[in-house]
Amino acid sequence: MTSTDTIAQPTIERPRVGLFVTCLVDVVRPSIGFAAVKLLEASGCDVVVPAGQTCCGQPAYNSGDRADARAIAVQTIEAFDGCDYVVAPSGSCAGMLKSHYPRLFEDEPAAQARAHAFAGRVHELVSFLVDVRGWREIPPELQTGQPMRITYHDSCSGLRELGIKDQPRQLLTSINGLELVEMADSEICCGFGGTFSVKFPDISNAMVEKKTDNIAATEPLLVLAGDLGCLMNMAGKLSRQGRPIAARHVAEVLAGETTTPALLAPTDPARRD
Amino acid sequence: MQAAGSSFKSRAGAALADATLKSAIDRTAGNAETKRAAAVGEFPQFDEARKLGRRIKDHVIVHLEHYLIEFERNALRSGAKVHWARTSEEASRIVVEICRSAGAKRVTRSKSMLGEEIGLPHALEAAGIERVETDLAEHIVQLAGETPSHIVWPAMHKTREQVASLFNEKHASPPASESIPDLVHSARQDLRQKFLTADVGISGANFLIADTGAVCTVTNEGNAELTTTPPRIHIVTAGIEKLVPSIDHAFALLRLLVRSATGGDFTQYTTFHCGPKRPGDADGPEEFHIVLVDNGRTRMLAEGLAAMLRCIRCGACMNHCVVYRQIGGHAYGATYPGPMGSVLTPAIDGLANSRDLPNACTLNGKCAEVCPVEIPLPTLLRGWRDRSWKEGLEPLTVRTGIGIWAYFARHPFFYRLATAVAVHWMRLFRKGGWIAWMPLAGGWTQHRDFPAPQRATFIAAYKAMRKGAPNDNGT
Repeated sequence: MTSTDTIAQPTIERPRVGLFVTCLVDVVRPSIGFAAVKLLEASGCDVVVPAGQTCCGQPAYNSGDRADARAIAVQTIEAFDGCDYVVAPSGSCAGMLKSHYPRLFEDEPAAQARAHAFAGRVHELVSFLVDVRGWREIPPELQTGQPMRITYHDSCSGLRELGIKDQPRQLLTSINGLELVEMADSEICCGFGGTFSVKFPDISNAMVEKKTDNIAATEPLLVLAGDLGCLMNMAGKLSRQGRPIAARHVAEVLAGETTTPALLAPTDPARRD
Repeated sequence: MQAAGSSFKSRAGAALADATLKSAIDRTAGNAETKRAAAVGEFPQFDEARKLGRRIKDHVIVHLEHYLIEFERNALRSGAKVHWARTSEEASRIVVEICRSAGAKRVTRSKSMLGEEIGLPHALEAAGIERVETDLAEHIVQLAGETPSHIVWPAMHKTREQVASLFNEKHASPPASESIPDLVHSARQDLRQKFLTADVGISGANFLIADTGAVCTVTNEGNAELTTTPPRIHIVTAGIEKLVPSIDHAFALLRLLVRSATGGDFTQYTTFHCGPKRPGDADGPEEFHIVLVDNGRTRMLAEGLAAMLRCIRCGACMNHCVVYRQIGGHAYGATYPGPMGSVLTPAIDGLANSRDLPNACTLNGKCAEVCPVEIPLPTLLRGWRDRSWKEGLEPLTVRTGIGIWAYFARHPFFYRLATAVAVHWMRLFRKGGWIAWMPLAGGWTQHRDFPAPQRATFIAAYKAMRKGAPNDNGT
């Protein structure tokens, strides 16, 4: 590689990034999707949102329904044809696309090769910003200066399948006014586990109770995570417990998008949508 | 082994309601977790050791036949008698027959999960032979008339206070206090005489050493040595996956086993038993029997579960499992609890009887992270889910739910319509940004609120925002 290439690359390359929205963000909290678009564009990417996407297929895959999981995988891979990267604001869904799609086609070499090639382009949002786009801090134009005391939950799939641990912390601590207080056992599962949370509600509840105790012990204003599934579980429990701790997806805070109401137990009973 | 008709969910529910159980598990498993982390932290080559351990086990599994034959040859040469058992019933029958033909009235047993797996306690009882468990925790479990709840700490489910009251009730010389030394002293008084008057001693094996025919046991109490040395007959029951080529390989695995199980550098007692007493030996059994047990292991090999045969029974997966930590071992209703148990139980007891177990997992991956021989436990659990689906064992509600959802997920156009409807419908139930109840969502809302969706789906909102934008790409 010549020195010209080295210098020229970052300015020439404006990669086309396909946003894999994830089904939960799509339905429950679109503001996370918009925060993701903002972050990706700020990092110099062109963002597209392919219409052929639905869900990553985990509910089928983790229930043993491989036929539907395979069909959804094929559909997703096709939907993102022509994207340089596929980025999801979720370690769990990105992990499905990256680590598990190739496993779905163990008996079909051609399809598996395609799944592998696809997997090579897939990234979770925050790790994409740090590991691929080279972000070391949140750029000034995204900084709001709003003081926040936060704690961060490491979602299991992101942590163990994709090695996401330092990247969110690196970017979060670069935000002026943000104080990160680590909770005990931040790497322990919150009890969501997709369909697990409704198949085994009582066990899941015991797990999330422990998690919300650990969250509350850090006395944060906000709990953050990189996966909406975990956030819905933790915030839903905090709300039921009436604990005044708000929850947001890490992308919302990184993008400075904190005007949308957080997931927070209503303190004023008169306040209604 | 559980009450007939009790389901995993009902057992788990009972366990969740038991605060004493929860604190008992947290004490021991929490302690094990902390100690393991410290031991691994002080062992910079842990990752290399794991890779080596995995390679040793994989090698033996691939060449199982070769090492089994080599082990048998060398064990016979040492004067041992080798027995082969295909099933748990066969294995128990062989042990009972040996005891019977020796006229044994009392047998001592040092802790062996394989013994539990083959139902040996029950078989001995049925044969009218007195069984004395010599491992302290197994002794507690036996006094309480229970089964082990953990593969390393069989009495993990009991607090010290509960053990003290049990000993007060059952021991001839009850403990002077609830302190651990007093409890141990009381148990020692009770067991010591039985050790010396047993006719047969039965142990398991941590390793079978192929090139010498020796059997390795590890304990921290020395009870294995007292179980296997004084009696006239020593019987070893061992799963065929316990083989290693040589003593060096056993040591490579011991480095992993002990750190992963208790966080120690090494066990207090690591003993190699090789054949019966020879002329001139100071002690040792006159007869030395080894029962090699398959009980589904070769079938696991054939059915894609070879990786599970690497397991060295350290218990780290259960100590680190969030589900195990909440419900304890008995809720699993099987010999082996926790993640490794949820992989093994369907192979041993049949998937139809245990399909809840591979499902009762969030697939968070912590167990695989700590496994000293890198068993991909979540992948193997998912494999059972695949089979359960394929064999039609999943309940109709689950199949229908997934089926309807998958139809929409496979048809993006209809999916957009369905999600738009879902958003509007869910918003009907919102109050203060949350849904506390809505039809068909009881599994979620019985314990937590569900966030009310924002006004429209992301895809719809994004499309509306981008309408007419020059580089719109069909969204």
